[in-house]
Amino acid sequence: MNTAKMLSVAGCVSALLIGCSVQAVQARDLTVVSWGGNYQDAQRKIYFEPFSKKAGKPVLEESWDGGIGVLAAKVKAGTPNWDVVQVEAEELALGCADGFYEKIDWNKLGGKDKFLPTAVDDCGVGAIVWSTALSYDANRLKEAPKSWADFWDVNKFPGKRSLRRGPKYALEFALMADGVPPADVYKVLATPEGVDRAFKKLDQLKPHIVWWESGAQPLQLLASGEVVMTSAYNGRISGINKTEGKNFKVVWPGSLYAIDSWVILKDSPNKDQAMDFIAFASQPENQVKLPEYIAYGLPNKEAAAKVPADLQKDLPTAPENLSNAVALDADFWIDNIEELNKRFNAWLAQ
Amino acid sequence: MSRAPARERMGALLLIVPLLAFLAVFFLWPLWTMVRASVVDDTVSRVLPRTAAAIVSWDGQGLPPTQVQQALVEDLRQADDQQALGETVRRLNSAVSGFRTLLTRTTNAVRDGTDAVAVDLGDLDRRWKEPRFWLALRDAVPPYTDRNLLAAVDMKRDAGGAIVSEDPGASANRLIMFRTFLVAAIVTLASAAIGLPYAMLAAAVTGWKRTALLLAVLVPLWTSLLVRTTAWFVLLQNEGLINRALQAMGLIDSPLPLIFNRVGVVIAMTHVLLPFMVLPIYSVLLSVPRNLMQAAASMGAGPLRAFWRVLLPLSLPGLLSGSLLVFMVAIGYYITPALVGGANDQMISSVIAFYAMGTANWGLAGALGVILLLVTMILYFIYGRLSKSPQLLGA
Repeated sequence: MNTAKMLSVAGCVSALLIGCSVQAVQARDLTVVSWGGNYQDAQRKIYFEPFSKKAGKPVLEESWDGGIGVLAAKVKAGTPNWDVVQVEAEELALGCADGFYEKIDWNKLGGKDKFLPTAVDDCGVGAIVWSTALSYDANRLKEAPKSWADFWDVNKFPGKRSLRRGPKYALEFALMADGVPPADVYKVLATPEGVDRAFKKLDQLKPHIVWWESGAQPLQLLASGEVVMTSAYNGRISGINKTEGKNFKVVWPGSLYAIDSWVILKDSPNKDQAMDFIAFASQPENQVKLPEYIAYGLPNKEAAAKVPADLQKDLPTAPENLSNAVALDADFWIDNIEELNKRFNAWLAQ
Repeated sequence: MSRAPARERMGALLLIVPLLAFLAVFFLWPLWTMVRASVVDDTVSRVLPRTAAAIVSWDGQGLPPTQVQQALVEDLRQADDQQALGETVRRLNSAVSGFRTLLTRTTNAVRDGTDAVAVDLGDLDRRWKEPRFWLALRDAVPPYTDRNLLAAVDMKRDAGGAIVSEDPGASANRLIMFRTFLVAAIVTLASAAIGLPYAMLAAAVTGWKRTALLLAVLVPLWTSLLVRTTAWFVLLQNEGLINRALQAMGLIDSPLPLIFNRVGVVIAMTHVLLPFMVLPIYSVLLSVPRNLMQAAASMGAGPLRAFWRVLLPLSLPGLLSGSLLVFMVAIGYYITPALVGGANDQMISSVIAFYAMGTANWGLAGALGVILLLVTMILYFIYGRLSKSPQLLGA
């Protein structure tokens, strides 16, 4: 080893790899982050691989389970190591208010009027309309549950159930099981009495609940017969029915739907390419392929109109599925998630 | 005379510079950041300086005077660092739910209006007529705070500044912390009960038998934690291998509840952590002369007595350091309890993860970390005293 080489090695070590890792960051390819499981498998086939072929460059991918803190840490580090991220409605609102995202170039996307109004934001472009709904294995249950009240009825449907761990997607369902009409759920939940009522209803079911955290878990729980019913992301249900020949069913009345959006992290080194990727994933001819793999609604109006009728009926955006569903209130949750989560943890621990 | 040793000492010091640098950057600095994050609370005074200056003169009765309200309007108009403002909003919303949408709406309205128009906050959003939002703002002005540390152990300051317990049902950090140590202790005991005989066996046999025994411990250590935990999921579930086998043998009629409860967590964690118990004991036993047991026998001790009086005291240092390792690693566990545990088995790391990754409340996440660190250090201190105690080592 000559002196110059030794010095450069020593320099790197003494700078504790900071200098070296900066070089690595500059060379990094476009990194797209989504939600894993069979949903990301579908995205890989219709978005990641074709875009990579078109651009002539590799597309790196990662998956995550949400959380604004993850994005905050990446952005505050200076140069984020993710470029495009699919985020939930609250993360979109929080991150946009806090300056974590680049502004969207709507000209590249063909204008805002090509999309559902709720899928348009300064910082994000709608990727899917998805639903969290009561799901069950029709091969195991003779009689079909029809509502959240049935979910709570352990005499009629004996066995364990599972819900997503956390107040979100538990308190809303508890209120509906307690007889609150879907349209009034957030009105009731906005009052302290409403929150008490929801927790009281959860009390009844507590010994029978298995809590899940990532979207793939409820499928596993249903498939193994560990639970008789669960809340689950609707697209994954239709996905597993197709790929593994299951007979899982989704109960649409009382489901909660929301929009997930593509965002670009602030100061991403691949900003332009990230915008191109989002434009690619938003083109109707690309987006229309999604429901073949996984039953999520499409925010691009032209793509949504092109979905064949037999696939259309499984989407959260189908009119008959929307009729008794609730739109997730992102504003309610960005205000209350911390306090309610604290209370939820305390409730769980009792 | 004295110069040569000094130079030698310098040379020796140079050799450990990389180690010191490593410790400073990857250990002390993150630790310092965590402690700092838990007590520093300067975001409001930094981002809303006029409000901070004006609100200290308010006595906290009713609503603050108009100049405080106008100072806030002016601050929001001037705040140009979006990320810093976001931190302030997060800090305030963590104290009173609702600040998030309130401040977003107010900031947008203030920026849309012209400078000449005085903005009436109460008209803009009726929440500004509630004193609790203003009180939270006033509480956030001092640059240092103990609210995170207090919240980490379910305490808070009441309106008068006295330290009181949180309302029951509002927070359960203390309980979860206690549970974390309880689970870690059970896992340590279980690991010791299995690990000690195992290590003795491995040290007693030779050749391929020893290799096989050691590999059986080491191979799982090289496997990803997630894979091992998922494997336990497959084994323990109601229709899993263990329950199926027991039912086929006719030992049980209905499946044993092995998963989504404490039993599952202890089984899975013990398996994952067993190598940390076996290896230290094994390495201590290797240095024990083999003829000691024979010597004990020749002096009339039965096998049990020889074990109790000779082998066990000699393996105690290994057992102690193994226990310490297992315990320390166990209190940080997160994935295993989340996957095979029930609602009552979540440990403190999952709460820390929620604040760090879920809501970006790094102050509270840091405070929980500080408390965990303190308790662990106390336990380590006790361990240090115990392991030095001569009686325990049988010396």
